[in-house]
Amino acid sequence: MNTSLHHDAGAHAQDARPLIKTRAVSKDYPGVRALDGVDFELRPGEVHVLFGENGAGKSTLISILAGANQPSSGTIKVRGEDTHLGSVHEARELGISAVFQEFSLIPQMTVAENLFLGAEHARYGFLDKKRLRREAEAILDELGFHIAPDQTVDHLTRAEQQMVEIAKAFRDELSVLILDEPTASLTNHETDQLFKLIGELTARGVGIVYITHRMAEIRRIGDRITVLRDGRYIDTVDAKTTSEDELVRLMTGRMVGAIFPKISFTPGEEVLRVEGLTTPDDAVRDVSLTVRAGEIVGFAGLVGSGKSETMQACFGARSASAGQVTYKGQPIDGASPGANIRRGFLYLPADRRTEGLMMMRSVRENMSLAALDAKQVRNGPFLSRSGEVAMVSDLADRLNLSPNRVERAVDHFSGGNQQKAMLARSLTRDFDLIVFDEPTVGVDVGTRASIYEFIAGLAGQGVAVVLISSDLPEILHMSNRAFVFYRGAVQAELPASELTEENVLSHFFEREAA
Amino acid sequence: MADEAATTTASRRSASDMLKRLFVRLGILPFLLVIAIIVFTLMSDNFLTGRNLMNVLRQSVYLMIVSLGQMLALLTGGFDLSVGTILAISSVVGAMTMASVYAMAPDMVWLAILLGCLGGITAGTMIGVVNGVGVAFFNVSPFMMSLGMASVGFGIALYLTGGVPVYGMPVAFGDVFGFGTMLGIPAPVWVAAGLVAALYVFLYQTPYGRYFYAVGGNLKAASLSGINTRGTLFFTYVLCAAFAAIAGMLLTARLDTGEANIGASMPLESIAACVIAGVSLRGGVGRLENVVLGALFIGLVQNGMNLARIESYLQTVVLGALLILAVIADQIRLRYVASLKD
Repeated sequence: MNTSLHHDAGAHAQDARPLIKTRAVSKDYPGVRALDGVDFELRPGEVHVLFGENGAGKSTLISILAGANQPSSGTIKVRGEDTHLGSVHEARELGISAVFQEFSLIPQMTVAENLFLGAEHARYGFLDKKRLRREAEAILDELGFHIAPDQTVDHLTRAEQQMVEIAKAFRDELSVLILDEPTASLTNHETDQLFKLIGELTARGVGIVYITHRMAEIRRIGDRITVLRDGRYIDTVDAKTTSEDELVRLMTGRMVGAIFPKISFTPGEEVLRVEGLTTPDDAVRDVSLTVRAGEIVGFAGLVGSGKSETMQACFGARSASAGQVTYKGQPIDGASPGANIRRGFLYLPADRRTEGLMMMRSVRENMSLAALDAKQVRNGPFLSRSGEVAMVSDLADRLNLSPNRVERAVDHFSGGNQQKAMLARSLTRDFDLIVFDEPTVGVDVGTRASIYEFIAGLAGQGVAVVLISSDLPEILHMSNRAFVFYRGAVQAELPASELTEENVLSHFFEREAA
Repeated sequence: MADEAATTTASRRSASDMLKRLFVRLGILPFLLVIAIIVFTLMSDNFLTGRNLMNVLRQSVYLMIVSLGQMLALLTGGFDLSVGTILAISSVVGAMTMASVYAMAPDMVWLAILLGCLGGITAGTMIGVVNGVGVAFFNVSPFMMSLGMASVGFGIALYLTGGVPVYGMPVAFGDVFGFGTMLGIPAPVWVAAGLVAALYVFLYQTPYGRYFYAVGGNLKAASLSGINTRGTLFFTYVLCAAFAAIAGMLLTARLDTGEANIGASMPLESIAACVIAGVSLRGGVGRLENVVLGALFIGLVQNGMNLARIESYLQTVVLGALLILAVIADQIRLRYVASLKD
């Protein structure tokens, strides 16, 4: 049925027994089939990428491989033997460890305590703390992570927490490592470190199952790619030779052209002017910039570089200690988010789960949240339910919400559709300045393209857009001007003519070397 | 209530999957209601009579009104453990005010009643104001804040009365608000119905109602969407206290005395009524009409146990067990929801 399976993809011998082989694995939830007869094979020493849109079944598959979930039907062979992975614990004993996107760390405990959580060394029934610490240090050293074992986890950065999470997988003898978008919160340097580690592991014959949406990562470390769509197995292809268009076609089941739209900018008058903005915690230091109507201004920089914090401070979601923010000629220093929204200035946060959406409430309530005092959903002091429903269903149609059921809880939608529910807020009233903070994080390619088109459309209507992103291609293709942030300050302003990958990247680190 | 019971019995015939879905949709309450009605009808002939059911309704209104306020606190992700104290404070202050005005001007019965009610409700609401300031502006956890205020309020109520009941209110107060009827329906039921209707309009027909759900659903998202989250939280506890204070005055009318000891079981019972009705302890989820049913359910169980001659000490055991059962059911429901999601 599928010839590409027999390509010599991995660097390792074909005849090696696969570490894991699933046959026709299905997973049913009441009313939904999350996985439908998936065949998957992991050879020793390969990096096998799982690729697919949000909701394609990747997460279900890895949770089955990790023992966190049991298949409804189908078989799993580990090193050739039929195996029942009844729990995460059983899987670990077979050398299968998973690092999920959501961390399983206890913030109040130290790194060492977290590493050995559930497998503490004990002597005569008492904790052997010395041994715990020693072995934690050994693991961290081996991985080249510079983290003190006695540090409590809540003092670590998100990237460091990610490293601890990875280190946990190394507690036992490892033969299969499952990584679910591990680089999402890592800096380039940390990513390099991780990839080096993956290289060492594969050289030792460890098999890696790797989930990512990032094409560059697939090229860099992937050996084979298995594409899933709607819970079904689509194909397994060679990572080095398959083109991006081909992958997108496999993933979405249709041809997709360039995901970035063509935008012609006609910058109008100045909408936002920031002068010498500084926050008390120094997350933003002496930032000055302007944003005009009808343009998309990109904010690039590493996590924590101040690119998000600057706009949060302008919006009133973060306090400022110095500087002036002028919106359409009026000073708005110290204004609350509510006041700014009524003026036509909206900030859409990066983390939709923790800052953007009420997960258990309906799409309708989530979409209209920032517009409850706007005319179209009001009827005197009362809510106009019909006005709200009309507004929301119109937005759901325009954004292609799928499934188009606005009364359903946001939690029950895929990541891309959750993002749509949040982005829809930008259309619920007439905004003149909209800040998109990481609008495509954890969103599949198909939805990404429609989000880009959506943002471009807003700019075309004369809205001033600020696009904050850690995804460089996004900045390069979408903005007509970009600011590069570094350690809280603006490092450079790049006009369209100078917007190249090299230029932006050179400002990411420039002063770090000095 | 009746049609929910009907859907429940219908589902018994179909597969367990259907039952599961129904459970996810409706929560544990319809199931419990059906079981309770069947069990008590079998245990006592007097249970399923119109007279008794009206009795249940009349006895449940105090809890119902308190539960309305408690629901607001739960919706925003907190809770109010001081509702019992608020009942006591409003009862004591209300009765004392009413009695002293009545003693000074025995002719002006209605003035005494009006001032007494105002005084009682204001005093009770003040507890809520303090709760609200602590929770909204000083970020004290609702647990600590309301637990502390429960002790403060109870102490004040005891101090004011010296531990003895307050007498001397005009007879008309008890006659009208405690035992009076209109169109055959007891006065407290009318008051409760009015409050339910008003709160329903406020919660579901005005934007401000949505704010409670938003603050409990995701505080950060609500704040970034321009909602005044501190104001909403503050108002939550003030409203909650106002409801409890009204219940306190109604109960005072029924008892004809102001007492510092009423309402001790209210925190537990009101939280139980809400949780059984599917109000999430994590905030953001819960419907008013279900809370009304939840309070009725607890009244029903207490009434049924009385008719079945179950000792009052044992009744407390049953109530606590029901609360825990409801929380467990909520957890199981969440698990089903999660499994339905993928």
